[in-house]
Amino acid sequence: MLSELKVGESGVLIGLDLPESVQNHLMHMGFVPDALVTVLLRAPAGDPTVYSVDGMEIALRRETAAAIRMRPATADVPQLEAAQ
Amino acid sequence: MSACCETPAFVPPKNPPHAGQLRTVVLIGPPNSGKSTLFNRLTGLRQKVANFPGVTVEQRMGLMAGVGRADLTLIDLPGIYSLDPYSEDARVSIDVLRGKMVGTPKPDAVLMVLDSLHLTRQLMLAAPVLALGLPTLVLLNMSDLMDARGGHIDALELARELGAPVAQISAVNGTGLDAVPLFLNQQTDRAAAKPLTLPVVGNAASAHSWAAQVSHRTGYRAPLSVEGTRKIDSVLLHRIWGPLLFLLVVIGVFEVVFSIGQPLSDGFGVILADVGNLIRPLLPAGWLQSLILDGAWKGISSVLVFLPQILLLFLFIGILEDSGYLSRAALIADRVMRTTGLNGKAFIPLLSAYACAVPAIMATRTIENKRDRMATILVAPFMTCSARLPVYMLLIAAFIPNITYLHGFLGLRTLTMLGLYLAGFVGAMTTAWLLKSSILKSSETPFILELPQYRMPTLRSLALRLLDRAKVFLRQAGTIILCVTLALWVLAHLPVIQSPSGQISAPELADSVIGRLGHFIEPAIQPLGFNWKIGIGLLSSVLAREVMVSTMGTLYGAEADTHALSLQTALHHDMTLGGALALMIFFAFAMQCTSTMAVVRRETNSWRWPAFQFLYMLALAWIAAYAVNHLAMVFC
Repeated sequence: MLSELKVGESGVLIGLDLPESVQNHLMHMGFVPDALVTVLLRAPAGDPTVYSVDGMEIALRRETAAAIRMRPATADVPQLEAAQ
Repeated sequence: MSACCETPAFVPPKNPPHAGQLRTVVLIGPPNSGKSTLFNRLTGLRQKVANFPGVTVEQRMGLMAGVGRADLTLIDLPGIYSLDPYSEDARVSIDVLRGKMVGTPKPDAVLMVLDSLHLTRQLMLAAPVLALGLPTLVLLNMSDLMDARGGHIDALELARELGAPVAQISAVNGTGLDAVPLFLNQQTDRAAAKPLTLPVVGNAASAHSWAAQVSHRTGYRAPLSVEGTRKIDSVLLHRIWGPLLFLLVVIGVFEVVFSIGQPLSDGFGVILADVGNLIRPLLPAGWLQSLILDGAWKGISSVLVFLPQILLLFLFIGILEDSGYLSRAALIADRVMRTTGLNGKAFIPLLSAYACAVPAIMATRTIENKRDRMATILVAPFMTCSARLPVYMLLIAAFIPNITYLHGFLGLRTLTMLGLYLAGFVGAMTTAWLLKSSILKSSETPFILELPQYRMPTLRSLALRLLDRAKVFLRQAGTIILCVTLALWVLAHLPVIQSPSGQISAPELADSVIGRLGHFIEPAIQPLGFNWKIGIGLLSSVLAREVMVSTMGTLYGAEADTHALSLQTALHHDMTLGGALALMIFFAFAMQCTSTMAVVRRETNSWRWPAFQFLYMLALAWIAAYAVNHLAMVFC
């Protein structure tokens, strides 16, 4: 889950377990399968967290990040990231 | 009564309809891509712009006079990510784009604005927009930052990929804009637009992979600048420094508004008084002179005095908005917002309510959930808007001693002002919590906030903001405030008394119509430490909060005892410190603004909500003022 990553860590997105409309919105902000997501920093209160995806910085609350399934980023960078 | 913060209605030109003639052009693009900045460039108008997503919440129209095409109507739209409507402002954009919006002309051509710095993601919108089949010019905005920060794109190749002309521009600097009239002239000649078959993009994932492929094939390289923004963020969003700097910024703003703004305002006040004295000999002594100078001029100038301080405050708000800091402030405050149950998206509208509640309430259109939106509308008027400033500054300057702490860094006056802002914020948050845990309960909606890159605010944009604000302020003084002061002066001089010798004179202020009305309502406000003149001020300031100050100016100017005194000194005549503090707290909570009531009615489509809001805030204001007045009697 995205919420389990620590600051500075990256992961590759597998899927989103969120209502259709929210999922669509997030995908348009770059949270699509195979996207590389990096945890940038947490807000002073510990939540929300700022993620870097697709060259953008997006803040999400913990419960939203907990619905985003991730896999570890491996050496073979997915094609989508290489494209950038 | 829409004097505050609204632009006059736009009437599109009535050209004779010509088959195939170009008449309406629409600006479309993702949020915060710079559409409104471009709109202002192309039309020469001054639509509000800032560096955060969601500044524009409804369509705006203007003639393209800025590029010599005053025969064309340009429509500016709220930013969208896709053609699925997910909130009210996005629905507006999509309806206009498809020509389904009643009362808005169907667009004949499209200017699609994309932020070059995040092109891959922004391209996701290109496919569905181009698929509409309208002639489209793609504008890659912020090319200045793109170049400066080492990004790259092959614009020609992109044009080939998209089957539409592409131009690199900077709306902020005005570079590359010649492409727009060039494109429009071609459209007027009607070179048949070649229909291009773009891949059918069904869902967001496939839209993204299409966009990624296009940006790959066009050699797109995103600028490296993110590093700069990240470095700044690592300080501004630091666990300890972040909130501390936030607090320092707020205190600093008020310190400057007092320490630099106060002398400026005092000087301005002297000039205004001199102007009055210059006019005095030009008018025949008698009732006309008294009406113009003691009534209208005294009332208006007592409010006008605060112009320098208000402009200083707006200068700071402008710097914060244009730099991109506001989204960071939203992040810091999210913890508080979520305990109240408010939607994360409520923060930006609430923050803009510090300037004026009217645009703030309109900005709530970006909140998808209806109940969340309602709760935000209901608490927005608690935020300390700039119309409260004249009231606070007058009372603080009159009653709070100029004591400083920490070697002059922190003044008691600044602290008082800070306390009033805090009171409004606490009132808003408590009310939000009450509403969200009772009548407006809803499931929590996710908080998705985009953090734009920092940019240096331009002098041009700051200067335009200040000019606009000064205009709004002067218009208010020339309309509502002028009318109210004239009416008050007349009521303060009626009924005329005829002495036994046949001489006609004005009554004592207490015996005038206004005096009797004031004494009639006095019992309701006496427990708060207010005299009858304050009571009249409370009544007249329902129109707009600043009217309180001009009313005081006129009434104290009409009374024999205080006629020659400055307003600050005059207030000391019949007001205690407790009463002054109570009056400030009353203004922190009461909904004294007909413009706000009108906009709440419009946005909620019923009088029920504004009526509820008015009564609730009035009750809260009365109770709080009562408590403050009585506490002050015990302690002071």
